[in-house]
Order: sequence, then C-alpha cells, then structure tokens
Amino acid sequence: MSDRLPGFSTLAVHAGAQPDPTTGARATPIYQTTSFVFNDADHAASLFGLQAFGNIYTRIGNPTNAVLEERVAALEGGTAALAVASGHAAQVVVLQQLLQPGDEFIAARKLYGGSINQFTHAFKSFGWNVVWADSDDIASFERAITPRTKAIFIESIANPGGSITDIEAISTVARKAGVPLIVDNTLASPYLIRPIDHGADIVVHSLTKFLGGHGNSLGGIIVDAGTFDWSTGGKYPMLSEPRPEYHGIRLQETFGNFAFAIACRVLGLRDLGPALSPFNAFMILTGIETLPLRMQKHCDNAKAVAEFLAGHPAVASVSYAGLASDKYNQLARKYAPKGAGAVFTFSLKGGYDAGVSLVSKLQLFSHLANVGDTRSLVIHPASTTHSQLDDAAKVKSGAGPDVVRLSIGIEDKEDLIADLEQALGA
Amino acid sequence: MNHDAYPDNYIRAILNSVKSIAMVGASPVNVRPSYFAFKYLAQRGYDMIPVNPGHVGKELLGKPFVASLSDIERPIDMIDIFRNSSHIMPVVEEALMLDPLPKVIWMQLGARDDVAAAKAESVGIKVVMNRCPKIEYGRLSSEISWMGVNSRTLSSKRAPAPTQGMRLSLNRMSVGGGDTAASDRAARNKTEQS
Repeated sequence: MSDRLPGFSTLAVHAGAQPDPTTGARATPIYQTTSFVFNDADHAASLFGLQAFGNIYTRIGNPTNAVLEERVAALEGGTAALAVASGHAAQVVVLQQLLQPGDEFIAARKLYGGSINQFTHAFKSFGWNVVWADSDDIASFERAITPRTKAIFIESIANPGGSITDIEAISTVARKAGVPLIVDNTLASPYLIRPIDHGADIVVHSLTKFLGGHGNSLGGIIVDAGTFDWSTGGKYPMLSEPRPEYHGIRLQETFGNFAFAIACRVLGLRDLGPALSPFNAFMILTGIETLPLRMQKHCDNAKAVAEFLAGHPAVASVSYAGLASDKYNQLARKYAPKGAGAVFTFSLKGGYDAGVSLVSKLQLFSHLANVGDTRSLVIHPASTTHSQLDDAAKVKSGAGPDVVRLSIGIEDKEDLIADLEQALGA
Repeated sequence: MNHDAYPDNYIRAILNSVKSIAMVGASPVNVRPSYFAFKYLAQRGYDMIPVNPGHVGKELLGKPFVASLSDIERPIDMIDIFRNSSHIMPVVEEALMLDPLPKVIWMQLGARDDVAAAKAESVGIKVVMNRCPKIEYGRLSSEISWMGVNSRTLSSKRAPAPTQGMRLSLNRMSVGGGDTAASDRAARNKTEQS
C-alpha cells in the first residue's frame, strides 16, 4: 500500500468502482431496485438513524449512483457528492440547505437561461431572493452582499457565450462575506477546470452535458469541497443545529468535512425527492470513462471552428475564449489551459433572420436545446432557451437576437467547417 | 507527524493493529457522534470500553461504563477522546500514567491540542487529531462509498461480500489523486486563525 497520485484519466475510469463483491462483475452493475433488505431490526434502525453506512431506499441512495457520486467527487477534488435527477434539481437541493425564506443569494447575470428562470421565478415562490451581479465587475458582487446573503452562485464557463469567470476573485469576496461559493462547472467539466482548486466550496453539474457526454441521460450532481465551516454564527441551521428529522443530530458535528453532501442527501433528496435513476447513473458513468478523450477533442474542434467563423465574411463576431483576440482569453489561459470548452456563440451580420436561415440550412449540426453531446449542436437562444427574457436581459446574458450558439461535437472538424460553410454561403 | 494531513498508511496501520479502544466521553444517547462511532467500531470487532463518569453502573451496548482510564483493568491499545479541544490535556496526562502505555491517542473530529499531542508523541505514542475512526475505517475499506463519499481508494480486486459484524480489509490502494487537499487546507487555515 502506498500513497500514490494517479492521474485524472485513471480516476475517470476507476474512482468509486470496484468489482461487485457478490458476482465479481467488473462493470458497475445497474442496481435497478427501489429498496434494500435490512439484516435485522437493529440494522434498520442504525441505517435510518444515519449510524451505519448502507442502503435503504433509492430515493436516499443507490449503489450504482454511489459509484457515480464518488467518481465525480474524486475528479473534482471534493470530499463527497450527491447525484440527483438533473442539474436543476442539484440547484434546488443545494440552496434548500443554505437559504431560509427571506434570505438572498447573489448570482452572476451570465447564466444558463434555465437557471435564470429558476432563480427568478421558481425560487421567488420559496422566498429565496436572487440578487444579480456582473462577473466582469467583481466589485458588483461585493456591493450585493447584505446580512441576508447566504451564497454566491457562478458558472465557471458561462452560458451561452463561453466566457470564463474569475473564480478566485469571486471566491475572495465570498470568503470575506462568510458565505459559500457555488460553481456550476457543467460547461468546463473537471477535465478543463477544477473550481475547488480555485476556492469553490460547492460544485454543481448538469451531468446531462459533457460528463455524460452522449446526449442520452439526464442527471445532476452536487460536490462538497469540504472547505466551508458551517458552524459559525448559526447562519446555516440545516448543518449546525440539531435536526428534528433525525432526533437532534447535528450534521456538521457528526460528518465533518462531508456534512454538506450528507445534508443534501438526508434533508434535501430524501424530502424533496428528485432521485436519479440508476440506469441513468450507469449511462453517465460509462460516459465519464472517456471524458478526458472526448473533452480534448471537443475543445480542439471548437477552436478550429471558432477560427473558421472569425474569418468568415458573414460573421460579425465570435465569442470564444480560446481565440487569442477574445476578451476572456487571458482568463482562459489561466483557468482552462487545455481548452476553453466547446460551447460558444457568434453573431451574424444578417441579424435575426440570418440566424434562423443558418439553423435551417445546417445538415450535420442538430438544431436542439442541449449542449455537451458527441454530436455538434446549434441553437438560436433568442428564440428558444432565452426567449422568456426581455430584450435587454437577452443582450445582458449574451443572447441577443443576432446570436447563434454552437456546441461542438467530436466529429471530424473538416466536416463541421464544411457544413457551416455551405449554410453560411448559400 | 504532520497533523494537518495524515498519510493513509499511518491511519491504516493504526486501525489494522489496535484491538482494544477506550472511548472517553462515550454517550449512551443514540444521536451523539460518540454513540455512532462506538457502535460501529464494536461491530467491526474492536474491544470497546466506554469511559464516562456520569454513567458508571450502566452499560453501552452491553459494555459496562468505567469512570476513568485508570479503572480499566487490561491494557488499552487506543484511547479515542470525544471531548472538546480544551478538555484534551487532562485525558492525555491520565493516559501517560497508564502501564503499559497506550499505543495510540485519537482525538475526534473538531478536537485538536497540539501541546498534548507533542507530549504523547514524546513517549512514542501515535497521535491522530480532528478525525473520526468510524469515518476513516469506512473510507479505507471503501464502505463509506455507499454514502457517495470520496474514499480516495481504488481497487481492481474483488472484496468479500460484506456480512454483519465482519472486519473489512483496509488494504486497498490509496490515491492522493482523489485528493481533498482543499478541505485539508481549509482546516489548517482555521487552526492557524484560532
């Protein structure tokens, strides 16, 4: 036994997965069961009381999902993780542990349109108030802090324009304010950026995107960095105070540096219910095994396509941090040296109509509302993902009427460029 | 010993070698962390002795409480202290009076006293601070993986099907690469500030 430092690719294949003790199966079995038999009444009581490690019911935990959780925790450098049904579910479960009605959280304005909707409308009905800040103006986060602020939420690579967020600068603001920094790392994946290394306290993902990577399974995950002290000032009672749901257990005291992940499981997932299907967990796990290979190809292709578009006469501008001329190129070199991701936007000189025309003429790119698939994807955010925002908010979030978003797949880049060329030229 | 980040081999050697564990501050209240840890370690085959002067005359899971370490009439391999940092020193001083000396003094999650640790280490006692033996046993055996916790271990070997009360192998490959360095750093900063 020696303490070794295996690489990212080794962890992507092995972390969390050992041969099945009962059958010897080497691939992780799909434990497609709702519930698990107890050894005896005492064992059942121990499990329900959180005194023993083990399985009760798939809404609380499942052995297939547990492999996925440990694997993503290892890849992100966190202490523990919790898989849930979608990226949106991850966000609800995280904030439920942190906010009481009337509390606030600060979020970067440049976000996935679905998150903007969730924060603005759904969370308002819970009494959780989002306060917007601008990632390009770090001081705007400081100005937004109030005594009711409980968290800061940003994306590492922001949707839809592919801009890179200065995680370290914002984590300094969060630390000073005594609130955790939550980073949505969906568009980067831990292969490109590990937010915990830059000061994140909680990482969330839509597993549906690059981690699963094949556009076939929804999922979300919450990673606990184990860095935040939840006990100070009674600000986070779900973690620091005795929980009536569990006869007075204090989660931080009992579970130490993975208490947040446990809170998400036993208070969030158990009571809100957005459990991940073990079948989806299996599909996503299989995807993660090739994450390093896929992600590099995604990035290399994206850079080639972005360079092609930047030189095309019909294109007004390209927003891709991997281009040397891009506003975010310095941040990309610092945070994502292996590549600036594979989701970016460009705008067409012909405006809205040219965007609609391009989408209709593309033969290889699929017109749909997802990113992070092996296949290359295209969408016109103003008429789809960001359509519920007003025009000013569309522009602010990087989804103006002339903007087209691409998610570059792992096909041959020559074929992607040829498809764009014929669609732009005709 | 660097008490900010223990090598897995250090923790593994302790948990593989000790047999008797006296738990100072063991609670009969079944939602207290000490109760969880006591029960788990007993189920994994350790000879557990509950030490708590407030409960003498009663039993914890069939084991009689004793008032103090000196009341234990057999050698103790490890002392697991479930007390706040400010109450560690008297326990360590009492432990140093024992004959034979314990091999290990372990302070629970949140508990740390570097002066007491140095005193124990100066007479050859191994010290672990701010860790839970239940969590470490679960982590090194990968049993804790059921909870989605990063065990930081890998194995391509088939483990025996776990049955109730069995001891689990802790001899899996440890991987610093599945690190939680950020968490260790945060704990160190907290210690320095206090």
